[in-house]
Amino acid sequence: MNEPRRGPEPAVELRNLTVRFGDHLALEDVNLAVPPGAFVAIVGPNGAGKSTLLKVLLGLVQPTSGEVRVLGSPPSRVDPRRIGYVPQFKTLDRTFPALAEDLVASGLRRAWPGRLTPEERKRVRAALERVGAGHLMGRAVSRFSGGELQRVYLARAFVRRPELVMLDEPATGIDVLGEADMYRLLEDYQKETGATLLMITHDWEAAYHHATHVIVLNRRLIGFGPPERALSERCLREAFGHVGHAHGISLSFGGNRHA
Amino acid sequence: MLEVWSLPFMQRALVAGLIMALLAGYYGPFVVQRGLSFLGSGLAHAAFGGVALGLLLGVEPLWVAVPFTAAVALGITWVRERTHIRGDTAVGIFFAFSMALGIVFLSLKREYTAEAFTYLFGSILAVTPADLWASAGLLALTALTLPLWGRWAYATFDRELAAADRVPVMLDDYLMAFLIALVVVVAMKLVGLLLVAAFLVIPAAAARQWTRTFLGMVLGAVGVGVVSVVAGLAVSYSYDLPSGATIVLLQALVFTVAALAFRRR
Ligand SMILES: Nc1ncnc2c1ncn2[C@@H]1O[C@H](COP(=O)(O)OP(=O)(O)OP(=O)(O)O)[C@@H](O)[C@H]1O
Ligand SMILES: [Mg+2]
Repeated sequence: MNEPRRGPEPAVELRNLTVRFGDHLALEDVNLAVPPGAFVAIVGPNGAGKSTLLKVLLGLVQPTSGEVRVLGSPPSRVDPRRIGYVPQFKTLDRTFPALAEDLVASGLRRAWPGRLTPEERKRVRAALERVGAGHLMGRAVSRFSGGELQRVYLARAFVRRPELVMLDEPATGIDVLGEADMYRLLEDYQKETGATLLMITHDWEAAYHHATHVIVLNRRLIGFGPPERALSERCLREAFGHVGHAHGISLSFGGNRHA
Repeated sequence: MLEVWSLPFMQRALVAGLIMALLAGYYGPFVVQRGLSFLGSGLAHAAFGGVALGLLLGVEPLWVAVPFTAAVALGITWVRERTHIRGDTAVGIFFAFSMALGIVFLSLKREYTAEAFTYLFGSILAVTPADLWASAGLLALTALTLPLWGRWAYATFDRELAAADRVPVMLDDYLMAFLIALVVVVAMKLVGLLLVAAFLVIPAAAARQWTRTFLGMVLGAVGVGVVSVVAGLAVSYSYDLPSGATIVLLQALVFTVAALAFRRR
């Protein structure tokens, strides 16, 4: 096995990570070192273990074996304020009396707010405005549409100015223009703060254009590297197997990559 | 009307009732939002099993009911967390089990136990100084949990987000079930096991109708509880009605008015 090169400490490091749920193998022997400041897209078929990988990094799922380091520490030791997270499935209670600003402020406090301080209110408003959701201040979460809720969760993840951002299919429910805005937001935030971004997506095109690195995952790590290399036909065929084959995987991504 | 409150037993009833209103206003919104409304009445029935065991053993029933109910609350929480059984089913199993135990215990005693029935209907007008101390102690214990309110509410809103922020959600579930068990046992002495759940559920459910924040729901639930206790005691005294039931009827009245006034369109 190659010793990792000396240099800046990886933002995320996995050694021989295996995760088993009962007799189901969700992740198998994954080795990975994500350099700090990378914008990583994670792609792979349904059930590939993408969400599980993020949950391991968050400390929500315990590895069966292997070693995990997040921002230099085991997941349970990292200050959660250094991490921003948008889950794929929202387990929120839709009948809970909550305003958009309460939900965003929970990202600042790591607890549910009673009353917001003026300072918190200012930061919350700025975070909502950045995701094009300033107008949702004062509105009840219970009535939000899917895309509105997704934007509020994005604001909640960013309001604490995280060093590591984990987004599980963040474009879900967001309209086309909003999606372009979201990628701009992610790239701007990344440039401005040097944060590391991990984003699960089913949109290879977006991964190709916006990410600096791509992880191709299907239980095992199939590929990791710059988009041109990781999104190769060989990797995608290996990850998506006959499905991709049957539909003819298109690898002709239009336009030039930004960044 | 005011001379009602110069009677010592009415004063004790008022103090006990106000403490209950505070406790129920604090825990009720968690009970309602976590879908545990059924837990209150389930635990009250479990408490009855504990009371029956106390009567059988010839010791103060509450001293047996408290650990018995707490054990059942923890058992229900364990089944919720560790099996595929839903919470309402877990409550249903445990409360039938404890009730059956209670009936067997009472039958073993082989003499008529009228005392058991005072726990069915409660007796807020017969509050003893010892009951008051128990309620006050529980209120003090609850005050100690105020710093946990924010993380409890966070986990109630979205359990996974709270867990990702390292809120010990499972530990908090057990802690909250334990505290609710204590509230239920103390409330049972006052309003009776048949009406205990009303205290935990109705004020919070009423307040939910017009509040837009969780803090607002808590304050609203406390408000509904306080008003219904004060008015319920006065009305029940004036018209010679059972006080616990009168309080609960007033709570239900507030709920109904709120439900009609703030219904979703
Ligand atoms: N808590 C769990 N218990 C049992 N099995 C689980 C659990 N969580 C995930 N799995 C299984 O692990 C596998 C990977 O799940 P995961 O959610 O990580 O997939 P994914 O790559 O995010 O898929 P998708 O694209 O559909 O979101 C799936 O087969 C899933 O059924
Ligand atoms: Mg997923």
